[in-house]
Amino acid sequence: MAIRPATERATLLSAHKVVKYYGDNEKRILVLHDVSLSIKEGEIIAILGPSGSGKSTLLRILAGLSTPSGGEVRFRGEVQKGSNPHVAIVFQTFALFPWLTVYQNVEVGLLNSEVPEMQRRRRILDAIDVIGLDGFEDAYPKELSGGMRQRVGFARALVVQPEIMFMDEPFSALDVLTGENLKKELLSLWRSRKIPTKSIVMVTHNIEEAVTMGDRLIVMGANPGCIRVELPGLPIEQRGKENPQHLRLVDYVYGVMTKPTEEIAEYVSVEHRQVHEKRRAFQALPHVAVGQVTGLVERLHADGDKEDLYVLGNELHMEVDDLLPLIQAIDMLNLGNIESGDVMLSAAGIHFAEAGVLEEKEVFRQQAADHIQLIRYILKALKAAPNNRVRWDTINKELLQYFSEDEAERQLDTAVDWGRYAELFAYDDQEGFFYLENDINLPADAG
Amino acid sequence: MALSYLPQSLRSKIRVGWADIVIFIAVFGLFFSLKHLGHEMQAPFSANRQTPISLSLTALPGYAARSLLRMFLAFGASILFTFVYGYIAAHNLSARKILIPLLDILQSVPVLGFLSVTVTGFMAIFPGSIMGLECASIFAIFTAQAWNMTFSFYQSLITIPRELREAATVYQLNWWQRFVKLEVPFSMIGLVWNGMMSFGGGWFFLAASEAISVLGNSFYLPGIGSYMAIAVARGDNRAIVYAIIMMVFIVVLVDQLFWRPIVAWSQKFKFEQTDSIDEPKSVVLDIIRKSKALPWLANKLGAPLARLLNQMFGKASQIAESGGQTTVVVKSVFKYCIAIASIAGVLYASYRGFEVARHTVNLRMLEDVFFYAFLTFLRVLTMVVFATIIWTPIGVAIGFSPKLSKIAQPLVQIGASFPANLLFPIVVIAFIRLHIDNLNWGSILLIALGTQWYILFNVIAGASSVPSDLREAATVFGLKGWNLWRTLILPAIFPAWVTGALTAAGGAWNASIVAEVAQSGNTHLYAEGIGNYIAAATTAGNWPQIIVGIGVMSIYVVLLNKFVWRPLYSLGETRFGLG
Repeated sequence: MAIRPATERATLLSAHKVVKYYGDNEKRILVLHDVSLSIKEGEIIAILGPSGSGKSTLLRILAGLSTPSGGEVRFRGEVQKGSNPHVAIVFQTFALFPWLTVYQNVEVGLLNSEVPEMQRRRRILDAIDVIGLDGFEDAYPKELSGGMRQRVGFARALVVQPEIMFMDEPFSALDVLTGENLKKELLSLWRSRKIPTKSIVMVTHNIEEAVTMGDRLIVMGANPGCIRVELPGLPIEQRGKENPQHLRLVDYVYGVMTKPTEEIAEYVSVEHRQVHEKRRAFQALPHVAVGQVTGLVERLHADGDKEDLYVLGNELHMEVDDLLPLIQAIDMLNLGNIESGDVMLSAAGIHFAEAGVLEEKEVFRQQAADHIQLIRYILKALKAAPNNRVRWDTINKELLQYFSEDEAERQLDTAVDWGRYAELFAYDDQEGFFYLENDINLPADAG
Repeated sequence: MALSYLPQSLRSKIRVGWADIVIFIAVFGLFFSLKHLGHEMQAPFSANRQTPISLSLTALPGYAARSLLRMFLAFGASILFTFVYGYIAAHNLSARKILIPLLDILQSVPVLGFLSVTVTGFMAIFPGSIMGLECASIFAIFTAQAWNMTFSFYQSLITIPRELREAATVYQLNWWQRFVKLEVPFSMIGLVWNGMMSFGGGWFFLAASEAISVLGNSFYLPGIGSYMAIAVARGDNRAIVYAIIMMVFIVVLVDQLFWRPIVAWSQKFKFEQTDSIDEPKSVVLDIIRKSKALPWLANKLGAPLARLLNQMFGKASQIAESGGQTTVVVKSVFKYCIAIASIAGVLYASYRGFEVARHTVNLRMLEDVFFYAFLTFLRVLTMVVFATIIWTPIGVAIGFSPKLSKIAQPLVQIGASFPANLLFPIVVIAFIRLHIDNLNWGSILLIALGTQWYILFNVIAGASSVPSDLREAATVFGLKGWNLWRTLILPAIFPAWVTGALTAAGGAWNASIVAEVAQSGNTHLYAEGIGNYIAAATTAGNWPQIIVGIGVMSIYVVLLNKFVWRPLYSLGETRFGLG
């Protein structure tokens, strides 16, 4: 059966200039900015993005679980009000009710439907069968493995015969093999049209997964969440790690995602959307520990000071979600540079990798004092303050202008971690203040 | 198999096994007793002509059954209260701002002091029948049981994981289905645990409310508390022993036949997703599970009933959620009316209270009352300190040994449930024989009798949850004696100790009302303190004094809660919490 061209297929769900704020008037944080997309029949859409890009929030707005602060979502032309009964969601943590059996869990979606009793029972047993759990109807979730629990999640979603099935990182809580298995089965069910679902929207942070499954890829950016690029997926024959086009697309998406502040207009040749990012006084520090940065730099040095990001991710068994912050940290500290999908150590980075424990600190201290704006700010405040002491709250207040309350705290935590390691300043958690220790030699131009 | 002599075709049709017969007999017996007891609860009654309490052994089981019935009626009321109050507080943000602090205060107010109010109130509602006294007693027990469960339910409701809530919304569950399939099951473990603890706490209030002196009259409700009181008054030692044995027997019986099965059943609501090795077991639950008739009954009766309820509530919620302008307006008007009515009610009640107080209360009186309360406070403090010093080492020793804990935990639990005030008269007689002429110090002992078990119980629990790798590290690094205690044990059990001490102190304030005054024959012993003040005022029927006394005690408790227990508790969580 030929797949009808995209333009001819009906639009099931459309989002138009969706905006979402959290919090109230003065302190509100923009989570999603100007998001517009449409979901057509007969396609699998993969929404990709780093943490903080609001992709889970977007999914919930599309499904009707959450209302947008601005813009609108329409289902089959009608404005969506409240939770949409024609969609289902498969959750990352499975969200099964532990006190219900497999049968009862799958039944949940049908409890309020008009379907008569006999048919209901038939549908539930069929869904359980299709998903491969025949025989487990009376088992409780705690008797099942992770993969089996997610199958129950799928059965529950399928039994209501949704028009759109949303999936929120459905395979990320599973081990690699189980996840692969489930993905293959889901795709096979989809392609053989054994399930009446008309489209699937999948949120993921795994680029590989998105390229394998997506007919269309939507890449989101963070701070604030927005759509950066919409890419057509590969034709089915070209998917799979053996195919060069597959690898090329994965690399390409890696490239797009690792260029946080640069213009991607020249980089991207397909249609794109872009949002101007708010200028900040402080960089958004990635939340990684110094030990992880050290480990990665040393590893890169051992690999010849240069590595392809995709290969690196595979070797370290890290998803782009986990790898990206580390790469950003290396970039920010100027221990390395990112260029067209590769990461390369800088001179400082090579020096760092070859140094012993104490000298490492020296290098790190220099880099942090030179390049990390928040640490520079703290040092400046400490130098100016009487007794060289500054309260946590003072710094935090400054950050609140640019970050949400939670994020400001996390930023400061990361800065404290890096600053303490670098011995640039000390911090007393009990009393809540920064201070300079007397024997610290600050780099001459710090602060 | 018992049915193996029957042909196969017949065997499969039989829906009754031996387990069913046992259950049938039990249920039938229960219904019969309930009918009989219910009848007795409506017996005619008047203050002057009360049916005398018999001290014979044959009457005792009947009295015990009456007491038990009261406990369960109060428990039923507590559960209902918990569901309604907790649900509203969790779902309605504006209501929450009032309801939760209110619950806090209710928890602190010494309800035993209100007995005079409730007795006269209920007797006015049910004139000429003993129902009035019963209700007063049930109400007193209710106040001992309800607050903890409500807090636990509320806590559980606001910590339901987001994805479960989202799943319930996405799959279009209406509010009743959410309640029954998500909210209650999620809270079940907390409810069962708190229910068990609270139920035990109710025994004290039962004993205290069965034999009371109010407004110059002595009332005796048929029950084990009255039995004991009369036995002591008449010096009938045999009856005293019977009563104690019966009390222990009932506490153990309820534990085995009611709580153990429920705790074992509630394991299926455990939210951690692993099968644990050490699951609580219950013989009774096993018997129930072997029954064949019950599942069949559940199917034939339970399922249609569930569907009916679902339809009713489904329709109701559809109307409520249909979102038209008029429904929104109606809902707001409704909310405003309730708010105005409650505020008006509270204002009026306070106004009346002030009126009464204004005419009789003067500064001197307030000074006295605050002073008395301070004395009682010192007693509570002494009790907590001594109980801590004595029981902490023992509790830690028990807690560190899994074998000992398994034996000790249920025993201490029973000890905590056993109403110590049943034993008060005996202790008082001992005091009299020893020529101790006032209760100033003796009341500390009496108070401790009932409340020190909470400290022991919690210390045991705290010690047994110290992770073994911490203890191993301590051994490896040679920590011993005071160092071991200072570095590992005391910090590790601190949060648990705070919970125990807080509960013990709370119970102590209430206990002071019955511990600071005692009568045996013609001897009248009392201690100088606010418990005595309130008790005396209750007996005399002196309303202003009752109100002031309770008010002052409540102020003490609320202030102590805010400035001592709350900070200690959060200190325990942040600094000493084990994760």
